[in-house]
Amino acid sequence: MNNDTLIPLIGVITDIRQDTPDVKTFRVNAVDGGKVFEHMPGQCAMLSIPGVGEGMFSITSSPTNKEYMEFSIKKCGCLTTWLHAMDIGQQITIRGPYGNHFPVENELKGKDLLFIAGGIGLAPLRSVINYVRDNRADYGEIQIVYGSRSKDDLVDYQEIIDEWQKDPDIQVNLTIDNPQEGWDGHVGFVPNYVKELNPSTNKTVLVCGPPIMIKFTLAGLKELGFTETQVYTTMELRMKCGVGKCGRCNIGNKYVCKDGPVFRFDQLGELPDEY
Amino acid sequence: MLKISADKLNSLFDAVSAKQSLYIPVDRESGSAEYRKYKSGMEMSKCLNTVRSAKDFFFPQTENLADFKMNGKNIEVIDVREECEDFVIFGVRACDARSFTILDKVFLAEPVDSYYKNRREHGTVVTMACTRPAETCFCTAFDIDPTSPEGDVAVFSDGESYFFKPNNDKGQAFIDSIADMLEDGDTAELAQVQSNTRKIMQMLPLANLSTDSFGGEKLMEHFNSEKWANLSESCIGCGTCTFVCPTCQCYDIRDFDTGNGIKRFRCWDSCMYSDFTKMAHGNPRNTQLERFRQRFMHKLVYFPANNNGEFGCVGCGRCLAKCPVSMNIVKVMKALEEK
Repeated sequence: MNNDTLIPLIGVITDIRQDTPDVKTFRVNAVDGGKVFEHMPGQCAMLSIPGVGEGMFSITSSPTNKEYMEFSIKKCGCLTTWLHAMDIGQQITIRGPYGNHFPVENELKGKDLLFIAGGIGLAPLRSVINYVRDNRADYGEIQIVYGSRSKDDLVDYQEIIDEWQKDPDIQVNLTIDNPQEGWDGHVGFVPNYVKELNPSTNKTVLVCGPPIMIKFTLAGLKELGFTETQVYTTMELRMKCGVGKCGRCNIGNKYVCKDGPVFRFDQLGELPDEY
Repeated sequence: MLKISADKLNSLFDAVSAKQSLYIPVDRESGSAEYRKYKSGMEMSKCLNTVRSAKDFFFPQTENLADFKMNGKNIEVIDVREECEDFVIFGVRACDARSFTILDKVFLAEPVDSYYKNRREHGTVVTMACTRPAETCFCTAFDIDPTSPEGDVAVFSDGESYFFKPNNDKGQAFIDSIADMLEDGDTAELAQVQSNTRKIMQMLPLANLSTDSFGGEKLMEHFNSEKWANLSESCIGCGTCTFVCPTCQCYDIRDFDTGNGIKRFRCWDSCMYSDFTKMAHGNPRNTQLERFRQRFMHKLVYFPANNNGEFGCVGCGRCLAKCPVSMNIVKVMKALEEK
């Protein structure tokens, strides 16, 4: 019988990084080394510990990374608590990749890009950011606006200060919600910071974060003169199958697992406000 | 057309069931019907339809997707799939037969669901033309002709005999396999039966139900209708409508630790349930209004939007008969189409 997408493959946890008090980044390899499968920036995978459950997570590593995949996972439910309790060498099941991806090969090519992320919302955008950095000549200016509750809650902080901030070709703007000892950077919410930064409206925007942040960021961008056709986001709803059959991740007639998770705001605007 | 006289039907069942599993609708003690595996002597039910739909044959209420053996940090995935044996479902009504083509659009779309496809390929669907449709029937609203059902073979009765018409190659093969028990029959009486049935259908209370107000182009209009609050108010979220529905196909995937390995199951789920879309960080369908709306929007708007206008309802009427608070898709359609 042919392979069925519901029957998972095996991945091995080969590295675990404690990113923030409640976010760990897991490196996953195939049992024989290398990657379990290839993906595009923005795509997701179903991870599972059999007996506990299965959940959809965005692949935070870039496809240009040929050695492994990474997943940044916030501890907030049953499965994620189990995932956080894993040690290196633990096997998990993995299936995918699922969904569409950010249009890095067409619409985004040659464009000035503005990434706006809040909290764990950086995870899917990091895949695009590192993909774009590894194909630098194909894109224009790159600006990253990233905010979190506190300095300790900035995911991938080490990579941000070691690599992104040192890259003269990238402008990185970090912010935290409230003042904090040892932080001399910007303080304030992401949507307000974006307005203060007043980015050029010829940029194409990729935004991900908590729903409330996305909502206010979009409103702010519109005030600055951006149109919905310039702004992409990636959605998250409950999923079981990953292929548009189990029936629960729909927004209107679109399944987030299959038709998304990446949507342009003008496309979302044509769908019911139920997410 | 080839036929068999009614008094020889059981000998036909005996012959078919000698070669492969045969399922027929039979009466339970209560008189209502359900599909059972045929054993010699069983009588086919005279009920119009079974309480549960026939979707179980291809999309069972629970099924084992895979097994896992856990050994320290290692996991072994065990593919539990086996080639299904050939089987025949006899006496499927036109509504349920159409539900299979609707389920096909979900499960046979890429990536193909191999569990469903396996059963579908090995099942022969023998349908039975309706002669006495019920007050809850409205299949004609969805362009289904209950006097000439789909399926691999359509069977027609004139009261004296059963006539067999192949609808495709699989159906022809089935008829060929029982040809020695069939004889040529005169279909004159059948035409009269069909004409009578059509007259009854025109007099049914739901005969004039219209789908004109529905379809993908009405997505935002119906979603934003203020009528959902009233319509959903009585819904208790029991999910009965989704379980008896022949086209409801939402499923959950759950693991069970047997103590000797993990079994991963797929089981029917219901959009009417409060935890259906619940995530760690919240729920996009927080109240019964949103859950109730989802079910009808899916059948009347979302499904046609994605499937060239075809609706996700077959008008079998089970939800009308079974809803404990007498709410159903017909009431929703009538309410939404009123301006």
